[in-house]
Amino acid sequence: MTPTSFMSAHMATGIAVMVAVTVALRLGGFWIMRFVRVTPRVQRMIDALPGSVIVASVVPVAVNGGAVGILAIVAAVLAMIWQRNDFVAVVAGMLVAALARAAGVSG
Amino acid sequence: MTEPTTASHWTWHGMRAGARAMTPLLPGIVAFSLAFGTVAAQKGLSFGESLVMTATVYAGLSQFVALQTWPDHFTLGEIAALAAVTMTINLRFVLMGASLRPWLGAIPPWQSYPSLALMTDGSWLLALRYRAEGGHDAGFYYGMALLNYVVWVIAVIPGYFLASSLSDPKTFGIDMIMVAFFAAMLVTVWRGYRRALAWLVAGCVAVAVNWLFSGWWFIVAGAVAGSVAGGFIDDAD
Repeated sequence: MTPTSFMSAHMATGIAVMVAVTVALRLGGFWIMRFVRVTPRVQRMIDALPGSVIVASVVPVAVNGGAVGILAIVAAVLAMIWQRNDFVAVVAGMLVAALARAAGVSG
Repeated sequence: MTEPTTASHWTWHGMRAGARAMTPLLPGIVAFSLAFGTVAAQKGLSFGESLVMTATVYAGLSQFVALQTWPDHFTLGEIAALAAVTMTINLRFVLMGASLRPWLGAIPPWQSYPSLALMTDGSWLLALRYRAEGGHDAGFYYGMALLNYVVWVIAVIPGYFLASSLSDPKTFGIDMIMVAFFAAMLVTVWRGYRRALAWLVAGCVAVAVNWLFSGWWFIVAGAVAGSVAGGFIDDAD
């Protein structure tokens, strides 16, 4: 991969593959739901989805990542319960992670 | 302001509200995009390649992982491998898009499908919360999604050219913004311990899959498990 021009045929091929897959996924679920009747059970499945996606994305990373990630998560959750404000929660998570690292916590 | 009679509509007022809702996430988006630009430069991509990739694929984690394993030549096997990596990381988009059907299904397809092409984790979570709080202005979604997209694409430019001179995002905890935001969203979607059983299922399955299989299957495996579990939890307490 040497930067010779604006875009090599090689890179264009790979990018096209990634775009095709990602666009199909982004549009596919919405499209499929045209054919699914939203029964109360399906609605409950949809309702459970945001929390499930969050937990499934964050927990394994936190488990592997060590103390800093876990401290940041705890700080953000507590700040959110306390203030109900996205910005405050994000800043709390950042601050605690930065302080923990400054104090020598690894992660 | 008059109350809307239809299920969904869209206004400029909604777009501005959406853009405002996105602002706590902007530092994290900038940091992530800067980091991608830096990695792309280090991997020898041209500026044009970096910009086009980030503006068209628009799925940061999959871009990072793909660059780590980018093949020297594309055989059919290499193309399949790249497609498979991209798919496992981004498979959650199928679920996320499906969950937007009850809302965006009410606006014309020429408006809903472009908005889905811009869907990110952050904009999706904010959209669902907005919807749960009774909002139905599709402009809110576009306001968030467009701001997210523009900031993501622009921030790759300094990332690419300043590369090594940027300080480590870890110093100020900038790498933790997305994690902190996700955790905070968990508080806003909390509907009691009973419903949270589904999340427990999601977490356990994700950790187990992460242990047992390499790659990124754990995200979608955990999400599907949690969603199915949620479907079987009755509302009657």
